Amino acid sequence: MASTIRLELVTPERLVLSEEVDEVVLPGYEGEFGVLPGHTQYLAILNIGMLWYRKGSAVTRIALGGGFAEVNHDRVVVMADTAERSDEIDVERAQRARDRAEARLKELSMDDDTYAKAHAELERALVRMAAGGGE
Amino acid sequence: MANLRAIRKRVSSVKSTQQITRAMKMVSAAKLRRAQDAINAARPYARRMREVVQAVAARAGEDAHPLLAAREGKKLALLVVTSDRGLAGSFNAGLTRAVHRFLIEHRGEYEEITLFVVGRKGRDFFRRREIPIRKEYLGVLGSVSHSHAEAIANDLVGGFLAGEFDEVQIAFNEFRSAISQAVRFEKMFPIALESSGKDGGDEVDYLYEPSRKEILAALLPKYVQTMILRILLESVAGEHGARMTAMDSATNNSVDMIARLTLQMNRARQATITTELTEIVSGAEALKG
Repeated sequence: MASTIRLELVTPERLVLSEEVDEVVLPGYEGEFGVLPGHTQYLAILNIGMLWYRKGSAVTRIALGGGFAEVNHDRVVVMADTAERSDEIDVERAQRARDRAEARLKELSMDDDTYAKAHAELERALVRMAAGGGE
Repeated sequence: MANLRAIRKRVSSVKSTQQITRAMKMVSAAKLRRAQDAINAARPYARRMREVVQAVAARAGEDAHPLLAAREGKKLALLVVTSDRGLAGSFNAGLTRAVHRFLIEHRGEYEEITLFVVGRKGRDFFRRREIPIRKEYLGVLGSVSHSHAEAIANDLVGGFLAGEFDEVQIAFNEFRSAISQAVRFEKMFPIALESSGKDGGDEVDYLYEPSRKEILAALLPKYVQTMILRILLESVAGEHGARMTAMDSATNNSVDMIARLTLQMNRARQATITTELTEIVSGAEALKG
């Protein structure tokens, strides 16, 4: 059995990364789950959240905008709607996006059509801030 | 003998046309390169998506989701992908003509054909012929993005699930190479399962989170978006390729035309000089007499 996992992260726009890693943690639909080599076949919807993976002792964090993950023994394919590595994230912009989303949420009531959209916007901004190392 | 001034004017007009066609050719070449890069960048996601969808669908079977199940009904939705701008050779004409023929030939076969059109050129074509269009998408081709594909996919999937049509096809220009595009009709959904045995039932099933049903419900519309995005990107690349070829031959034609006109102009000028000389000589002769 392989001792590493191939992590492949793709978005509709591009291939973000394809690397051998030791461990991956994903924001699954029912909560975070970790993947180590030899994981059972698994298919999950991903929430907006943070993906992180470990390679040796180096940990990389990536903000995901939701998507799907397919786990296959020694391979993890993540199909994300958006993905930004922590070093690509503009924290200030994320903060502005958060403020905007919060302001919009205050004006909307729970049953507005756009409430869910604005809420997702807020979540995305928060995840990006967290991944980017903001407050 | 053509008027000298008129020819001179004509040459300069052809020259400025040539300048435009040459510039457009260069712009198209650059845009084509960018469009090709976009296709290549989008490929890994599309491939992974298809693999996963096929793997899950093969295990789940046709009944697992309405997008997988073939239906009895005879109502077709056709998405026609043309371009917003012209001057691209037969890019739009070839496609709209093929679609028009398709509509006439398949009139009896389908109960109803609903048109969805991307691009101003296609919209204009069907509007001129007073063929009703259910929905048009204009101005999405300048910068194709995932959200455009999503909007189109939502309309098609929504109508399909609501039973407004039973089958969805897409007509577009397939990008073969920079100089070759081909009109293509592709069935989009119900999604056809690649019935190869390699992912057959004996393969271990996945564990699903939250459940297979919910995953399919989320995955399949996304898959449709991916297909539409791919086709939009291909069409854009094809458009630039077609325009580049068209502008290249226009530039060549203008070179030929300028050569011909210049020859004519020189002949005309020489003829005038000859006439003048003859007049002078005969005038001198007359004086001698």
